[in-house]
Amino acid sequence: MSEVLEKVKAIVVEHLNADPEKVVENANFIDDLGADSLDTVELVMAFEEAFGIEIPDDAAEKIQTVGDAVKFISEKQ
Amino acid sequence: MAYPTGNIMAGKRGLVMGVANDKSIAWGIAEQLAAQGAELAFTYQGEALEKRMRPLAESVGSNIILECDVTNDEAMDKTFAELEAKWGKIDFLVHAIAFSDKNELKGSFVENTSRDNFLKSMDVSVYSWVAVAKRASKLMTDGGSMITLSYLGAERTIPSYNVMGVAKAALEASTRYIARDLGPSGIRVNAISAGPMRTLALAGIKGGRDLVGTGREWSLLKEDTTMEGIAGCALWLLSDLGASTTAEVVHVDAGFHAVGVPESAASAE
Repeated sequence: MSEVLEKVKAIVVEHLNADPEKVVENANFIDDLGADSLDTVELVMAFEEAFGIEIPDDAAEKIQTVGDAVKFISEKQ
Repeated sequence: MAYPTGNIMAGKRGLVMGVANDKSIAWGIAEQLAAQGAELAFTYQGEALEKRMRPLAESVGSNIILECDVTNDEAMDKTFAELEAKWGKIDFLVHAIAFSDKNELKGSFVENTSRDNFLKSMDVSVYSWVAVAKRASKLMTDGGSMITLSYLGAERTIPSYNVMGVAKAALEASTRYIARDLGPSGIRVNAISAGPMRTLALAGIKGGRDLVGTGREWSLLKEDTTMEGIAGCALWLLSDLGASTTAEVVHVDAGFHAVGVPESAASAE
């Protein structure tokens, strides 16, 4: 879990150019980290590539926080 | 990505419309053209896309980055006037623009397609090609080449592709009519029908990313369509290597378009 969390954090920090301090588990991509709607799509695709998984559209829509992403990816692996 | 370098496009200048981010097909094409010596100008629509594409455009040395709202004739006139003021003439054009409400790129085409989104999709995805060709051709005073991007959904039914398939069919037909009109001016006009790529556009189609896996499994080459393949085709069509080819739709899809029934759906014997 913590390994996934670190990797997710790194992707989010890099993609959103976000302050690493703010990229915590309950941080919402849009509300807390300044993402726009295209960023959320790009993040999902970045997670898919980094973890070698597929995130279906329905699941992707529910991934709104760092923790949501970590939870989904951990369950998939 | 490492594209083959050279001077096939040396001395040529052109406009690339529709780069959204570094995954965009238009960006792969732009990188390849730049690697072969082309000078590039770019257009974008709206701030969200500008902030993504500006650093990319600058990375290939472009200093002509213009806004272009393809749904507005006056705005388009202004964009092309600015381009003319900078360069006077251009040699090539890449049109990589499409839009549809993603709520209608799923489920039933018959039930879900609204009049408004049908017309909007046709306006942004098809009429823009005609409107751009009209203006760009005026700047191609020594002849030129233009391409647009299509998809197999123009010719065959693809789940969820719906109104965009109808738009791509019209785009391909428009390509032939544009080619007919501009041929006497030495301007070649073609479309690339690319296999599914992991772009923002694909993410707008319900289950769109599943098409990548299906493409790999069913295609004749048994592999994903590559950006290098698409960019290489664009380089051919947009350079003098593409002489004599016009009004064509070239499939760059690992042979997927030629499959009627995949092995997995046929009996073993």
